[in-house]
Amino acid sequence: MKIKQISVFLENKIGRLAEVTKLLADAGINIRTLSLAETAEFGILRLIVNDPGTCLKVLKDHNFVAQETDVIAVEVLDKPGGLNRILEIFHKKDINIEYMYAFVEKKVDNAIVVFRIDNARKAIAVLQDHNIAIVSDDVLKNI
Amino acid sequence: MIWNNEYEAMQPDKLRAVQSARLSELVALLYKNVPFYQEKMDAFGVRPSDIKDIKDIVKLPFTTKDDMREVYPLGLLAVAKEEIVEIHTSSGTTGKPVVDAYTHKDIEIWSEVMARTLAMGDTNKNDTVQNAYGYGLFTGGLGVHYGARKIGANVIPISGGNTKRQLQIMQDFDSTVLTCTPSYSLLLAEIGKADGIDFSKLPLRVGLFGAEPWSDSMRKEIEADLQLKALDIYGLTEIIGPGVSSECLQQDGLHIFEDHFYPEIIDPATGRVLPDGQRGELVFTTLSKEGTPILRYRTRDITYLIREKCGCGRTQVRMHRLLGRTDDMLIVRGVNVFPSQVEEVLLKIEDVKPHYQILVDRKDRLDSIEIQIEMTENLFSDEIKNISANEKRIEEALYSTLNIHAQVKLVEPQSIPRSEGKARRVIDKRQL
Repeated sequence: MKIKQISVFLENKIGRLAEVTKLLADAGINIRTLSLAETAEFGILRLIVNDPGTCLKVLKDHNFVAQETDVIAVEVLDKPGGLNRILEIFHKKDINIEYMYAFVEKKVDNAIVVFRIDNARKAIAVLQDHNIAIVSDDVLKNI
Repeated sequence: MIWNNEYEAMQPDKLRAVQSARLSELVALLYKNVPFYQEKMDAFGVRPSDIKDIKDIVKLPFTTKDDMREVYPLGLLAVAKEEIVEIHTSSGTTGKPVVDAYTHKDIEIWSEVMARTLAMGDTNKNDTVQNAYGYGLFTGGLGVHYGARKIGANVIPISGGNTKRQLQIMQDFDSTVLTCTPSYSLLLAEIGKADGIDFSKLPLRVGLFGAEPWSDSMRKEIEADLQLKALDIYGLTEIIGPGVSSECLQQDGLHIFEDHFYPEIIDPATGRVLPDGQRGELVFTTLSKEGTPILRYRTRDITYLIREKCGCGRTQVRMHRLLGRTDDMLIVRGVNVFPSQVEEVLLKIEDVKPHYQILVDRKDRLDSIEIQIEMTENLFSDEIKNISANEKRIEEALYSTLNIHAQVKLVEPQSIPRSEGKARRVIDKRQL
C-alpha cells in the first residue's frame, strides 16, 4: 500500500530545478506531483512519478544524491473538512506526520494527499479501519 | 629494498662525520662564491673557519623565502653559469618564483635521492612507473623521471592531467607504480570507478604521493580506492625538488636523506633549535649541492624529527608527516587552525568523502569559517531535520578538535572543483 517517493538533494542555485525536470523529461518520466522543502542553503525535491526505479537511476547516473522513500497516498474528499477528518484520525491514534503535500487528479473526484509517516504500517492499518481509500502504485502509474 | 645501503643505513657517528666534512666545505665555498652569503655571514659575525662540525650549524644565519625572491633569478649561484645544465622554478603563485639551478653533479644527486625514494616502495627494474606529476619547470615530473631512469624501471612520462588517458595507459601498459599528488590520485580513483575499472584487478602496487599535505585518513581512502600502498614523499624546489625525504613501507615517518639535506627543527618565533620529538618549523641545509646550495632554509613546514631506529633497517632520521604550515595556518577569531587538522577530523567521520573546501570570511569584524562538504548518499535524507542533524554532528566533531565553531554546509556532489595538481582547500576571503 505504500508508494515510492524519490527525494533529490539540490543546492539553492538558479536553474538547478530545471536541470532535474529536463533530465526527467528526456527520460520520459512523468511527474505526478512534487513538493520542495527548502532552507536558506539547500532544498529537498520530493517527487511522485510514474516510474520511480528509472527516475532514481537517471538521477544517480547524473551525479545527483537521490533516494527512494516509502510514503502513503490517500484519497481525500475534495470538499471542506475532507483533510481535517484524516488528520483528526491520525491525531487520535498518535500518528506523527513528518510532512505532507497534496494534488488533485482530473480523473478522480477526490484529492490525493501524500503523507510521510515514520510508522507507516500503523498508519495504513488505522486508515483501513476507517475505510479511507489508499492509493496504490498501480493507480498512480495509470491515472 | 634499500637503494644505497652504505648511506641510508650508515652508523650515526659515521654519518655525523660525513655531514661535518660536507658542511665546512660548503660554507667555505659559499663565503667565497656567493656575495649574498658572504654578506649574511659577515653581518652575523661568523667566519667559515668557525664551522668545523655539523653542530656548528647553529652559528649560521637562516635563509628565508623572501631572501630567495630578493636574489631572483640567479643571486644564489655558487658556480660559473656554464656549469648549470638545468633550471627549475616554483610556480610563483604567491610572488616571484624560487629558482633551483642544477649542475651535472646536482642532477646526479637528484637522480640518486629519487632512486632511494622510489626504492622505498620497492620499485625495481621490473616496474612500470606511471609518472603523473607535471613535467616542466615544476620539479615533480623530472625528479621522478630521473630516479626511475637510475633504477632502470620503465617510466611512462604521461605528466599531469588528461584523466581518461591516464586510466587507459594504466591498463594498457600494466603500470605498477603511480606518482602524482594525493588529490589527483583520488580523482583517478573516482573517474576510474565511474568507468567501471576494478582496481583490484590491475597490477598497480604502490603510489608515491606528495607536493601537498595529506592526512592518514586520506591515505586509507586512497589505498582502499586504488588498491595500492600509498607512500608520502616530500621535497621542495628550494632544496632539490622531490627526493628530500620519503616514507618507507613501514609508513611511519619520512626518512630524510640527511647525507645530502641536513634537517633542523626550530621554534618559528625565536629561531631556536628544538630537541628531537618537539614540533616546530623544518629547516634544511643542502650539504652536497653545487649550483644553488642553501644554508638553513626555513621551509615553513611544521613537523618533528624521529631518531629511533626504523623497522626497515634505514638509520637516517625520520620526520613526521607534515603537521601544517607556518604560513597556511589560519588564524580565525584568534584560534590557530591548520587545514590538515580539519581534514583529519572530517575524514574520521563516516560517510564524509575527501572533497571539501574551507572558506574563511569576515563580516562585521567577525571571522567566520564555513566548511563545504559534498553530500553523500548516507548523509542525505528526505527530511530537512535529518540533514541539519548531520551538519550539526560534523560541526560538533570539528569544534571538539579545533575549538572553533565552523559552519558546515553540505553541497552537491562534484560541485567542489577537482584538481589535477595541488588541491585548493582554503579560500580566505578576508580583507585583512
